[in-house]
Amino acid sequence: MLRVIGKRIALLIPTLFGLSILLFLWVRSLPGGPATALLGEKATPEAIARVNELYGFDRPLIAQYFTYIGKLLQGDFGVSINTGRPVLEEFATRFPATLELTIIALIFAIGVGVPLGYLAARHYGRLVDHGSVVLSLIGITVPVFFLAFILKYLFAIQWSLLPPDGRQNPRINATHYTDFYVLDGLLTGEYDAAWDAFLHLILPGLALGTIPLAIIVRITRASVLEVQNADFVRTARAKGLMERTIRGSFILRNAMLPVVTTIGLQLGLLISGAVLTETVFAFNGIGRFLRDAIFGLDYPVLQGFIIFIAIFYALINLVVDLSYSVIDPRVRVQ
Amino acid sequence: MSAILPPAAGGSAAPDDPAIDTGRGAGLWRNAFVRLRRNPQAIVGAVIIGLFLLVALLAPILAPYGGNDLPGRTEITPTTIPGPGELDGFPLGLDRFGGDVLSKLIWGAQASLLIGVVSTALGLAGGMLLGVLAGGFGGWVDNLIMRFVDILLSVPNLLLAVSIAAVLGQSAYAIMIAIGVSQIPIFARLLRSTMLSQRGADYILAAQTLGLSRRTITMSHLLPNSMGPVIVQATLTLATAVIDAAALSFLGLGGGLPQTAEWGRMLTYAQAELAVAPQLAFLPGACIAITALGFTLLGESLREALDPKTRTK
Repeated sequence: MLRVIGKRIALLIPTLFGLSILLFLWVRSLPGGPATALLGEKATPEAIARVNELYGFDRPLIAQYFTYIGKLLQGDFGVSINTGRPVLEEFATRFPATLELTIIALIFAIGVGVPLGYLAARHYGRLVDHGSVVLSLIGITVPVFFLAFILKYLFAIQWSLLPPDGRQNPRINATHYTDFYVLDGLLTGEYDAAWDAFLHLILPGLALGTIPLAIIVRITRASVLEVQNADFVRTARAKGLMERTIRGSFILRNAMLPVVTTIGLQLGLLISGAVLTETVFAFNGIGRFLRDAIFGLDYPVLQGFIIFIAIFYALINLVVDLSYSVIDPRVRVQ
Repeated sequence: MSAILPPAAGGSAAPDDPAIDTGRGAGLWRNAFVRLRRNPQAIVGAVIIGLFLLVALLAPILAPYGGNDLPGRTEITPTTIPGPGELDGFPLGLDRFGGDVLSKLIWGAQASLLIGVVSTALGLAGGMLLGVLAGGFGGWVDNLIMRFVDILLSVPNLLLAVSIAAVLGQSAYAIMIAIGVSQIPIFARLLRSTMLSQRGADYILAAQTLGLSRRTITMSHLLPNSMGPVIVQATLTLATAVIDAAALSFLGLGGGLPQTAEWGRMLTYAQAELAVAPQLAFLPGACIAITALGFTLLGESLREALDPKTRTK
């Protein structure tokens, strides 16, 4: 197991190396070059020359690349142009918010998607089935930011049931240790703060969750449809096993493999979705920070984030691969 | 893999079905088309796309005003935006700039479909080039190209498009190229894997035995037989391209005037007025969703029509 993990991480290195070269060249090809990207478009030629000398942008590309990769390996992702703080520090304070949002979205997507997909397959061709197909089509075709608008308009503006934006009511004087607001509230015993933070998560979580929801419903449905008529299910029935055991341990468990793979693959979409969802709900996470970075061409932030996400993505896929052998013992990790 | 159903095959297969020609000349695509025509899902998709295409093409005739015109500039005050039906001559009301919403939706159809089609064509062309090189040559060429594709795939699609748009500057062309390039890896992967799965097929062996050159085999045998999944994917990608284009303009990467008639852009500026004028968000949003729905329905029916597993049903 450990050897497998080590091997997979070693395989990640060439990809990251290639990515770092691409990102390095990307920044150098920004309009006006890196100095203009740093100083903004109104920079004077003298200022640009000074920055070029200071950061070594006038040196040969190869030399610049080695300086860059050296810093990167030491965990130095540079300084954000917009805020003036180290990129890594900015991520550390905002990542919990996005992670919290993503977890809520995933809980919603899996909690609704798997049972719905399963029911659709069991009642193939009936109302539940048609309903699930329609729902997943809506989930695929309605843009997440538009859905966010609809939810915000109905639940926050029209019916005033839930807060329209932000992470927590600023009037609540909550203590924060971990920057996971719900967890903070639970840890410190400030349950009203935790509840308020949770209420703020519902609408963005629902909006973000519909992306994976649609796909989870489809894959679960297709997978259960395939498994439920398999020979081993017939054998289990012939053996006289309880229907509950057959459904739980035979059908659902065997149908889960492609579902788990899909959930892992959805993560990239979720991050892109978070940029849009957080923008609509003024939710102060990584997504909104990235949007500002996109607008202000804050290239150290974009650069750092892409590397960060690539690593995160690869690690998630590793976890997904490793979970196969738990779900299906026949799959030996190799 | 031919689509001709065995003429004497018994069971529930289609020989009794007059709509499916099992005789000579019934090719994969012709049978798929027959199936498509009988699938209500495909018809709905085709009608939606047809309607939007028509609106996009006839925009100069249909739209009462130009895309960037502000005919109702004098009717707008800081506190009032006339809604649908409140003002003569503006059936769907005005937006905060004084633009006619109906005209902007019509011109927006043109902009969105153009971006969708051009970017998908770009992605398809680039992806096919890489896919053919990788799948046709194999060996180190394949390895090199696929590692490159892996790197691109490790960056979420929208972020990749955003990074490319950042280099190209803010314009509609930048969005087209950005979305197109971000689709390349998907097409390259798909084409390569279908080509690889075909490489061991008997007809390839036959072509090799005949002494055909590698280029002829790749281009005239391998490629045409691997196009099915790619075409399905392209149809589905049109839906994502329209949504992604809207997302990029929504984030403000479209460039041009703020009142530019583009669905995603209309949503950006609807944000502040959501409480007083929700239709400014709902109308363009619905247009994006319905267009995407049309392409998705069409793509899925095409997949079903081309799938050998569903074909004998």
